[in-house]
Amino acid sequence: MNIFTYELKMYRNSIIIWSISIAGLLVLFMGIYPSMAADAALMDMILENYPEAMLKAFGMAGSLSLSSVLGYFTFTFAFVQLCLAMQSSYYGFHFLSVEERELTADFLMSKPVSRRRIIIAKFMAAFVSLLITNLCVWVGSFGSIMLFRDGHAFEPGNLIVLLSTIIIFQLFFLCIGMLVSVLVKKIRSVLAFSMALAFGLYILNALRGIIGGELLGIITPFYHFEASYIIEHGKYNMATASISIGIIIVSIVSSYLLYLKRNIHSL
Amino acid sequence: MNVIEINNLTKYYGKARGIIDVSFNVKEGEIFGFIGPNGAGKSTTIRTLLSLIFPTSGSATIFGKDCIKYGPEIRQDIGYLPSEVFYYDKMKVIDLLKYSASFYKKDCTKRTHELAEIMELDLKRRIDDLSYGNKKKVGIVQGLLHEPKLIMLDEPTSGLDPLMQQKFFDIIEKENKKGATVFFSSHILAEVQALCNRVAIIKEGSIVKLEDIKTLSAVHYKKITVRGDKLDESKFNIEGVSELQKQAHEIKFYYNGDINKMIGAIGAETVQDVLIEEPSLEEIFMHYYK
Repeated sequence: MNIFTYELKMYRNSIIIWSISIAGLLVLFMGIYPSMAADAALMDMILENYPEAMLKAFGMAGSLSLSSVLGYFTFTFAFVQLCLAMQSSYYGFHFLSVEERELTADFLMSKPVSRRRIIIAKFMAAFVSLLITNLCVWVGSFGSIMLFRDGHAFEPGNLIVLLSTIIIFQLFFLCIGMLVSVLVKKIRSVLAFSMALAFGLYILNALRGIIGGELLGIITPFYHFEASYIIEHGKYNMATASISIGIIIVSIVSSYLLYLKRNIHSL
Repeated sequence: MNVIEINNLTKYYGKARGIIDVSFNVKEGEIFGFIGPNGAGKSTTIRTLLSLIFPTSGSATIFGKDCIKYGPEIRQDIGYLPSEVFYYDKMKVIDLLKYSASFYKKDCTKRTHELAEIMELDLKRRIDDLSYGNKKKVGIVQGLLHEPKLIMLDEPTSGLDPLMQQKFFDIIEKENKKGATVFFSSHILAEVQALCNRVAIIKEGSIVKLEDIKTLSAVHYKKITVRGDKLDESKFNIEGVSELQKQAHEIKFYYNGDINKMIGAIGAETVQDVLIEEPSLEEIFMHYYK
């Protein structure tokens, strides 16, 4: 429990900054909605004139209209997902590798704790941090929609389905980051790794949107949990979502086993 | 009773050698020295005992229990001080020590403050504001605050000034008198000679010799440099001098013998400067363990 408490304390500032930023992003984007909705017909006309490839890349080529509350929210949510991906992968790459990078592993592991306890405590601390951020996204989403929907109706059920995918989405990046951090000898720059993972998979999904087909989307949760699909259908695609869940389970199990046998090198 | 038993312990890092077939025992209540030049495998051995790294083959027991299988349980009673100390920079010293103490089953508050007082450690400062020597002190306190039965020291004195070194050795000796076993790695022979009962010498990954300190105490090599304008090298041709080298205004040699005789010989000459140094372990090895 002491490791968990210590770790959580270390995350405190990071959680506050990410949560405020994401909630701020939501409010900022949704704040423009009333003026968008007022000129709905005009907006849809403008969008029709955009090249289709570009609309596809941003996931706006579906039947959702930017003038509906959730249609507009979908567009906003893509950015929220990108932020969550960055935060989650940052934690993932960071939480085990930091001890070795900053050479504090000697301190921690010469204490009477097992590797098992260390990895579980650290994982749980990262996970709880993401849960707190998650909660802020829920509050931010509902709050900003209520504030700015301008009398337009929306389907809360669909929104709840969309928001409930966040946790799997976060876990995906957290676990991939963790797995990579125990596979390689040393992670020098956590930021570089997490940007590469988050943006890489985001761009992969954008490419998939342009080219079409499903193949490119297989490994990217940006496709598995695409907001426009969920809002449109009121459910997520079970087949693709289970790929994410599968990858999460495999990552957790293999990271755990690798960490138990990992050699901790000195300077 | 043996506190540490090491049986044919071997560790390879990929293809690189760590240690090969290391076996020795450390008895309860002794101060056991573990010396060897840098890169000989001292740290590898200690890190394996703490299950920071896992052996390629062989095994080791501490308190009669396998050090990998029962690692967490064994470490309740081990205090470890690494050669390079690194701690969570953003923490205050006192918070780090409390965090450290929270891993042990007993209350360590009193001992923590005692040790901090002896080592003159300011508990309110942040770790990243500390000098290297002060970080080392934090290391000493956190390694000893739970009054361990086995103290493992990996080149503990680097970075401590002589006064602090002395205080540190005093603490270690006191702990030893209270019953703690000490396992002490170093590359400075004099340090080990002053403190230890028995010594294992490791070279290129293998144990070269296991000796009683009395045998090793007979070895008192000094590295002597004498400077002067008119030095007569033949005057230094006394028993125990080896590898004498003469340069323009300087004579260098190793000496193993009665130091009074040597002082006399130097005193008879007109010298500008005399330097008597402790030879490095490599230099001793060149003479003693050819």
